[in-house]
Amino acid sequence: MIPHNESMILHTPFHSRCEAACEVNLWEDWKGYTTPQVFTEIDMEYFAVRNSTGVFDLSPMTKYRISGSDSGAFINKLITRDIRKLAVGRVSYVLWCDGEGKVMDDGTIFRLSENDYRLCCYTRALDWLMWTAEGFDVTICEETAEVAALAVQGPTSCAVLKAMGFSGIELLKPFGMAYFNFSGSQLMVSRTGFTGDLGYEVWMEPNLGEIFWDALFDAGKLYGIRAIGSSALDMLRIEAGFLQAGVDFVPADEAIRSGRSRSPFELGLGWLVSFDKPVFNGRKALLKERAQGSRYAFVYLDVEGNKPAEHAFVYHADIEVGTITSAAWCPTAKTNIAFAQVDARYGSKGQSLIAEIYYERELKWTRVMASCKVIDGPVFAPARRRQTPAPNF
Amino acid sequence: MAEKYDAIVVGAGHNGLTNAAYLAKAGLKVVVLERNGYIGGAAVSRELYPNWKYTNCSYVCSLLRPEIIRDLRLPSQGLQVVPYGGGVTFMQNGDYFGNHTDHERHHRELARHSKRDADAYSRYEADVMKQTRIIRPFLMRTPPDPTSLKPRDIRELIGMAKAFGGMGEVGLADTMRFWTMSIGDFLEEYFESDVVKAHLAGSGIIGTALGVYSPGTAYVLLHHYMGDVDGSIGSWGLARGGMGAVSNALAGAFKSFGGTVQCDSEVAQIIVKNGKTVGVALTNGDEIHGRIVVSNLDPKRTFLKIMQETDLPKDLVSKAKNFKIRGSSGKLNIALDGLPTFNGLPKESPLCLGEKHFIDSLPRMERAYDDWKSGTWSKDPYVDMLIPTQVDPTMAPPGKHMMSVFVQYAPPKIDGRDWTSEDRDAFGKTVIDQISSYSPNFKDLILHCEVRSPQDIENEVGLTEGNIFMGELTFDQLLFNRPFPGYAQYRVPAVKGMYMCGSGTHPGGGVMAAPGANAAREILMDLNRASLVPRGYDDD
Repeated sequence: MIPHNESMILHTPFHSRCEAACEVNLWEDWKGYTTPQVFTEIDMEYFAVRNSTGVFDLSPMTKYRISGSDSGAFINKLITRDIRKLAVGRVSYVLWCDGEGKVMDDGTIFRLSENDYRLCCYTRALDWLMWTAEGFDVTICEETAEVAALAVQGPTSCAVLKAMGFSGIELLKPFGMAYFNFSGSQLMVSRTGFTGDLGYEVWMEPNLGEIFWDALFDAGKLYGIRAIGSSALDMLRIEAGFLQAGVDFVPADEAIRSGRSRSPFELGLGWLVSFDKPVFNGRKALLKERAQGSRYAFVYLDVEGNKPAEHAFVYHADIEVGTITSAAWCPTAKTNIAFAQVDARYGSKGQSLIAEIYYERELKWTRVMASCKVIDGPVFAPARRRQTPAPNF
Repeated sequence: MAEKYDAIVVGAGHNGLTNAAYLAKAGLKVVVLERNGYIGGAAVSRELYPNWKYTNCSYVCSLLRPEIIRDLRLPSQGLQVVPYGGGVTFMQNGDYFGNHTDHERHHRELARHSKRDADAYSRYEADVMKQTRIIRPFLMRTPPDPTSLKPRDIRELIGMAKAFGGMGEVGLADTMRFWTMSIGDFLEEYFESDVVKAHLAGSGIIGTALGVYSPGTAYVLLHHYMGDVDGSIGSWGLARGGMGAVSNALAGAFKSFGGTVQCDSEVAQIIVKNGKTVGVALTNGDEIHGRIVVSNLDPKRTFLKIMQETDLPKDLVSKAKNFKIRGSSGKLNIALDGLPTFNGLPKESPLCLGEKHFIDSLPRMERAYDDWKSGTWSKDPYVDMLIPTQVDPTMAPPGKHMMSVFVQYAPPKIDGRDWTSEDRDAFGKTVIDQISSYSPNFKDLILHCEVRSPQDIENEVGLTEGNIFMGELTFDQLLFNRPFPGYAQYRVPAVKGMYMCGSGTHPGGGVMAAPGANAAREILMDLNRASLVPRGYDDD
C-alpha cells in the first residue's frame, strides 16, 4: 500500500549517491521520481559512455512481473513479436499495439524462467495488460519500486563488472541474462541498454542500491566510470537510432487527435511484427496495412551542415511532407542526424528532402533549408556492441 | 618496369593521406609513399614500451576539420575524438590557476586570483571569438591570389574584403593589431594577474620560435583557439588510441577508395621532364611514374631536398631557402606506473584531466625563450603536459598511465652544433625536474621515458628543424603568403603536375587536414573533375 503522507516527489534507491554526484544540481521529474538531467557536464557524460563507462539510474522505468501457466500465451497476444522463440535467460525488444494496430509502447521482455517474465517499458500499461489478460491464467504485478536498476554502458563496462568479481560476464551475449551473488544477495545482469554501445543493465533489490553503487564506482575508478544524466542519454540514444515513446511517437492510448498514432510499420519497426502468430492485438489492422501500404514512414535523415534539425519541418520540393521528432549532432559518428515522420511516399532510402532549420545567434534567428538524405539505419553501430567475448575497451 | 599511377603523394602524414583519399575517391589511381616503416608522420601512436601506446609527436586534436571527418567517414574507420576539459598552471608559491570548463566555476577561479580579471574574461573571450569567426571560414578555402585577375581569385578576394569590411573601422584596426601584436601585449589589455596571463599565453608560443613578447604571437593563440570539438569552439580533445588513430582512419578511408600505401619507400628525387612531373625516384633506385606528384613534405624539404634546383624558378628556390621553419619544441613521452599527485590538487579534480603547466608569469616565459635564442633549451621550460590515459582507456593497462610532455623551448642545434646524447639526457632531466618540483611522486613512477629533441623529430618525422607546424605561423607566412607569395594555391606554377599539400601550406599545421583537402580540390579542378572536397561549415 502506498502511504498517503509521502513527499510529492519520490527518490530512487540510488538517490543519496546521485545527489552526491550531481554537482550541477539539475534534476527532473521522471514518472514521479527526481532524477538528474546532468551530473557535471553533458559532453563528459556522453563521452563516458562512448569512451569508458557511464552509469544511468533507470529505476523509474515501469516494470511488470508476468507469471502463470499462460504467461507466454498472454505475452504473445500482447506483443507483435513471437515470444515463443525467446529462451529462458534471454531478453527481447518488443512493442505492442492497440486493436487498430497502433503502437502503444515499446520495451524489453526478460524471460526469467519457464513461466515467469519481466516487462520493462516507458508507459504505465497495467490497464491494457489486464484487458489483454482476460481469459489467461496469468498474474501481472507492477514491480517498478521493487526492482532497482542501473545501466552500466560503454567500452570499459565489461571490464568494470569483471573487476567487481562478476566472472564470466564477458561471455554474456547481447540480450542475454546472468545472475551474480552480491553482498549476500543475488542480482541479475542483462546485456541490454539504450545507448547502442557495449553495455549492461543490472537489476537488484532496492536495499542493495547504495552498496552496489559504491562497489561499482570503486571498481570503475581505473576504467573512467562516471554517472550520466538524461540529457547525455538522449544524445546517446539518438546517435544509436533508438526511438523514445512520447517523443518519436505518441503512445496510442494517449493520442487525442485522430491520425496522431503510428503503426509499427510507420515507425520503421515492422521487423518486430510476426504474422506467423495466429492472434495478437492489432494483427488484423496490421495485415490490412501491410496489404494496402502505410500512410507514414519513420526515417533516419543525414542532414547537411552542422545545425541540429530540431523540430524542423521536412519538405520535398515545396510541399511539406513531415516533421522531425529528434535531432542531434552526433559527436562520435560526426554526423548531423535526425529522426523524421514523413509521408510514406518520401520515405525510401536515398530520398532527398529538405529540413527547414531555425537557429539563433545573439538574439538573431536564421533559417537554413538544409538538404537531407534518407539513410538506411543508425549512424553509430560499433563492433564492440555485439562482440562476445566482450572487449575490455 | 616502373609502376604507373595517376598521382603520387610523397609522405603518409595526415595531410598526405587526406589528399590521397580525395584523389582516390575521385577515381584516380593513387599511391602514397612513406619513408618510415609506419604511416602517420607526426600523427602516430607507437608502442615504444610494452603495452603502452605513445602518442609521441602531436598529442591533442581540435583543428581536424569536422567536415572532413564526416565526409570521409573517419568514425567508421575507428576515429573518435574525446574532449577532456580542465587544465592547470602551477605556481611557485604552491597555489595554482585552474581552467574550469563550467563558466561560473571558471569565473570563481579567476576571481581567486583577480576579481577584475574574472570580469574581464568575458571581454577577452568575445574579442578572441570575433577573431576566430573571421578566420574559420577561410580554413576550407584556397587563399585567393591578390595579384590575379582570374574570376575565382577576384570573387574570393571580394569575399575576404566583405568579411573584413563587415567589421567596421574599429574592428578592422583590432584585427590588424591582433594579427601582428605579441600575445603578451594582447593579454596585458585584459588581465592583471600574472598566472592568468601565463596560463593563456602558452597557446601563443607553442611550436613557435618566438617569445611571449614577440610580435605575431597573438595570432598563434588564435591558431589554437579556432578549432572545435563538436561545435564547442576552442575545445581540445584526444584521439582515442592516440593521434595515430587519425592517420589510421585516413589511411583506411584512402584504401577503401582503392588507394595504395607503400611504406619504407623514401623519395630521393621528384623527376621533372620538360617542365612536367613524370614521377619519383626512390632511394633504393626504384622509379614510380605518375603525372601528378603531391608533396606532403615541408617547403624546404620539397624544394631544396627532393627537387632539383635546375627544375625550379630561381625565385622559388630563394623563397624556400628563406622560409622560416625554426625548430623550437621538444617532447618527452613517459610510461608511468601510476597516476602522479600534484601539489595542492586532489587526484579526482576534473582540472587534472587537462594540460598542466609549470610556469606562472610572462617574464619567466620570456626568459625560457632567451635560452633558446642563446642556443640551448630552456632551463625553466614552458611545459604542456597531459596524461591522456586519464581519459583514454586504450593506451596503457588499467591504473597505469602515459604522459605526453610538450616542451617549449628547445633549439634545433645546441650552440650551433648537433645534439649529443648527453644533451638529450640533460634536456630530459631539466623537464623531469621541472615537473617533479610540483609532483612529489612523479619521478618514482617513471617506467620508461622517450626524450625527443627537435633534431630527433627532424630525423624521425622529417619536419625540418623539428618545426611542428611545417613553418612558422606568422603573418608573413599565412594565407596567400603560405608558404610563399605566389605559391599559396597548392600548385607549383612552373612545374606542371607538381603540388604541395602539407602543413606548410594554408591554413597551416595543427592536424587540421585542411591543407590536404584544399590541395585535392585544386588538383581535381586542374584535371577538370568535380570537386569532392566538402565546403566548410558555417558558424553563423
